[in-house]
Amino acid sequence: MPSDIASSLTTPKSPPAWRRGRLHLGEPALAWAIAAITLVPLAVVLLSLLEPQTDIWAHLGEYVLPRLLANTAWLIAGVAVGTLVLGVSLAWLTAVYDFPGRRHFAWMLALPLAMPAYVLAFVQIGLYDFTGPLQTLLRDWFGDSRWFPDIRARGGVILTLTFALYPYVYLLARNAFLTQGHRALEAAQSLGLSRRQGFWRVALPMARPWLVGGLTLALMECLADFGTVATFNYDTFTTAIYKAWFALFNLKAASQLASLLVLAVLALALFEQRVRGDKRYTAAGRGGQARPDRLAGWRSALAVVACLLVLALAFFVPLLQLLLWARSVAAEQLDLRYLGFVGRSLLLSASAALGLVLLAVGLAYAVRRRGDLASRLAARLATLGYAVPGTVLAVGVFIPIAWLDNRLMDAVRALGLGQPTQILQGTLAVMLLAYSARFLAVAFEPTQSAMQRITASQEEAAASMGLGRRAILRRIHLPMLRGGLFTAALMVFVDVMKEMPITLMTRPFGWDTLAVRVFEMTSEGQWEMAALPSLAIVLAGLVPVILLARETEKRS
Amino acid sequence: MKFRPLLLATVLAAALPALAEEVTVYSARIEALIKPLFDAFTRDTGVQVRFVTGQEGPLMERLKAEGANTPADILLTVDAGNLWQAEQQGLLKPIKSALLDANVPPHLRDPAGAWYGLSVRARTVFFNKNRVKPGELSTYEDLASPKWKNRLCLRTSKKVYNQSLVGTMIVRLGEAKTEQVVRGWVANLAADPFSDDTMMLKAMAAGQCDVGIANTYYFGRLVDKDPKLPIGVFWPNQQTSGVHVNISGAGVTRHAKNEKGAVKLLEWLSSEKAQRLYADQNMEYPVNPRVQPDPKVAAWGDFKHDYINVAKAGELQAAAVKLMDRAGYR
Repeated sequence: MPSDIASSLTTPKSPPAWRRGRLHLGEPALAWAIAAITLVPLAVVLLSLLEPQTDIWAHLGEYVLPRLLANTAWLIAGVAVGTLVLGVSLAWLTAVYDFPGRRHFAWMLALPLAMPAYVLAFVQIGLYDFTGPLQTLLRDWFGDSRWFPDIRARGGVILTLTFALYPYVYLLARNAFLTQGHRALEAAQSLGLSRRQGFWRVALPMARPWLVGGLTLALMECLADFGTVATFNYDTFTTAIYKAWFALFNLKAASQLASLLVLAVLALALFEQRVRGDKRYTAAGRGGQARPDRLAGWRSALAVVACLLVLALAFFVPLLQLLLWARSVAAEQLDLRYLGFVGRSLLLSASAALGLVLLAVGLAYAVRRRGDLASRLAARLATLGYAVPGTVLAVGVFIPIAWLDNRLMDAVRALGLGQPTQILQGTLAVMLLAYSARFLAVAFEPTQSAMQRITASQEEAAASMGLGRRAILRRIHLPMLRGGLFTAALMVFVDVMKEMPITLMTRPFGWDTLAVRVFEMTSEGQWEMAALPSLAIVLAGLVPVILLARETEKRS
Repeated sequence: MKFRPLLLATVLAAALPALAEEVTVYSARIEALIKPLFDAFTRDTGVQVRFVTGQEGPLMERLKAEGANTPADILLTVDAGNLWQAEQQGLLKPIKSALLDANVPPHLRDPAGAWYGLSVRARTVFFNKNRVKPGELSTYEDLASPKWKNRLCLRTSKKVYNQSLVGTMIVRLGEAKTEQVVRGWVANLAADPFSDDTMMLKAMAAGQCDVGIANTYYFGRLVDKDPKLPIGVFWPNQQTSGVHVNISGAGVTRHAKNEKGAVKLLEWLSSEKAQRLYADQNMEYPVNPRVQPDPKVAAWGDFKHDYINVAKAGELQAAAVKLMDRAGYR
C-alpha cells in the first residue's frame, strides 16, 4: 500500500498532534461554514413544509400538477439529452481532432454562455414565431406558413434551453478530455480498440464527474428556470410555484413546491454519488495531450459545418437579431447611464467570481481532505441554491438578512447612536453573500472535478518533503486546479451578469445593473428595448469568454 | 479590492440621516414611467424621492421582512389586485385626504383609504380590420360564441390583467356562467395563449387570429410605431357593464417614516398637472376625471367604464385563477 509507506514516511515530519487535531476539526467545520451561506436561506424555504396549505394543494393537485409534471419531465429529459449530445460531442471534436478553425471554434463554442436563457427565449420567438421574419418570408413565398413547426411549443423550449445551457457541459467535458492524459487512450488503442471505441470505453467513463457536473448545472438551471418557460408560456413545475405565490397570494405554498424541487435534486445528487462510489478519476499518466488527429476530406468539412451550425443557431443569429433591435432603439435609449449599468454589472460579476472561487476551493478542499459523509453532505447542500427558482431564493436570502439587520438597528437605537433604517441591507457585501447562496454550485462543480485529477501520490510526495497542508494547497493544488478554477470563475461571472431576482431585491437604491434594465423592459413586453441591455450583457460576458480562449490556446 | 471604499460609502450613506426631506418608494411600475414624475415632484416641492423597482410579490415580502424598520413610505403597483393583497396583509396604512378623495373616483380607490388609483388601464377587445367588422363584436362573453372558432387570441391566464377581468366577470355573471364563457374562449383559440399583449397584437396584425383582448396602451405603442397597423379598438359591453378597467396605484406603507411626505406625493400625483404626465407617459387614462387623456388616446373614442370597485378584482383573483385552471385556460 503506497499510502501506508507515504504516511509512515511522513510521520516523523508531520505537524504536532495538537495542530493536526485542530486541522482535522477544521476541515468539516470549514465545509459547514461555507455551506451555511446556502443553508440559511434554504432553511427559510424548507421551513414552509411545516405549515401545509391544503386547499391550494388540492386545487393544484387536481387541475395543475399532472400536466406540469409531465411537461417538466419532458423538458428535463430533452435538455439532458440535448446538452449532453451537443456538449460532449463538440468537446470531444475540438479536444482530440484537428480541422480548420479548431482553435477558434474551441473557445467560440462557449460563447452562448454569455446569452441569458430568458433573452434567447424572446429572440427565438421573435425570429421563428408566426410574426417573425422567417415565417413572414415563407408566407410571402407560399401564401401560408401554418405548416411551419410552432416555436412556442415543447420542442421550441427544449431547443432554446439546450442552446443556452450546453456550454456548461461543453466546458467541463473539454476540461476532462484535455486533462485525462493520453496514456489510457493509447493503451486502449494498443489493445485493439478503435478511436471511437476508445471514446466510449475509456474517455467517456474517465470524464464522468465532469459530465455529471456540467449536466447537474444545466439541469438545476433548467428546473429553476422561470423566465424562459414564461416567455414560451410553457408550464413547468416553476409555473406552479409562481402561480401559488403571485396569483393565489400564498408564498408558503410556493415555498413548499420549491422545497419539493430542492429535495428531488438532493435525492438525485446523493443517488449519483452512491452509484459513482469511491472511484478515482486521476489523470492517466503524465505527458498531457496527445497530438490531435487530423481530419481529412469530408470528415473535416463535416466537423466545420457542425461547429458553424451550432454557433449560428445558438449565438450568431440571435446576436444579429439583438443587434438589429438594439440599433432601432439605441438613439433614444443609449445614454451615459449605460456606463453605470455596465460598470456595476462588471463590478458585481468580478467580485462574485473571485469570492465564489475561493469558497469553492475551500469546500472542494475540505471534501478532499476529509472524504467523510458529513463533508460530502455539506458540499451537496451548499450547492442546492442553484436549484431553487431565483425569486423564491431571493426571498429566502432576504428574510434572514432583514432579521439580522433589524436586530442590529435595535442595538444601534438602544445605544443612542442614531435612527437608521438600513445597515446591512443595500450593501454590496449582502449582495455578494446572496449571490454566493445561489451560485456556489456553479463554482463548485468545475473546482471539484479539477481537484479529482490530482493524485494522492502527488500529495503524499509533497507531504513527504515536509510541506504542510496549506503549502500543499498553495503549491500543488492551486497550480493544478488552474484550468478548472478559470472555468468556474468564467461561469460565475457570466451567471451573475445575467442574474435578475436577487439583484432586484438586494440592490442599493439607485444601483441598477444591466439585468435590472432587461427586467424593466421585458416586464412590459418591450422586447426591442430589452435588446439593448441584453446586448450589453452578452458583450460584457464576452470578456471572460475571450480570456478563456487564451487559456485554452495555452493548453491545446 | 476596488469595492472596499464603495462598500464603506454605501454603508455610510445608508446609516447617515437624510439631510433634505425625502420620500422612499417601492415601485412595481418601471423606472421609465415614474422617474420623470418623481423628478417633476422634486422640482415642484423640493422633496427628494428615492425609489427602487421590482416585482410586486418580492417587494411585498421585502416590506414584510423589514417590518417596522422599512425605509419605504409608499408601495406603488400596476394593478389593483396586488394593492388589495398588500392591504390584506397589513402592509398599508389607511390615510385621510380630502384632495385624494376629490381627485380619485370612488371605484378606483380603497374605500378605507389604504390605496388610490393613479392611472386607469382599459382592457378591451381588438380586431383585425381586414377580417372583422366592428358590428360583429359586442361583449367579452360573446367571444365565447362558436362564430369565433379558431379566430381568437388571448394572453396567458397567468397575467394579473386577465385574472382581474375574469374576477369582475365572476361578480357580474357568477362562477358557473363565467366558467362557461372561459371554456368557450379556450375552444375558440387560434393559437396557444401568448406571454404578453404586444406579441398577441402582432400575431393579430399578421393574420394568425382575428380578435383578442388587450390593454389599450400596448396597442398605442404599436400603432405609434406603425400607423398602418390593421387593428381596430372595440369597446365591449357598452349596453351592459362597461369596459373592464384596472389601475396602477399606490398606498402609504404601515411603517412609513415620512407619512406626511408620502401623502403629499400621492396628492401631487393625483393633481391635474401630474395626471397628464402620469397617464400620457404610457398612453393610459388619467384617474382624475377633470383631466383629458392624451389626444392620441382620446382618438380611440369614449367608452363606458365598468364601475365595479377595482378592489373586487383582488378579492376574487384566487377564485378567477382556479376557475381558469379548471377551464383549461393556460
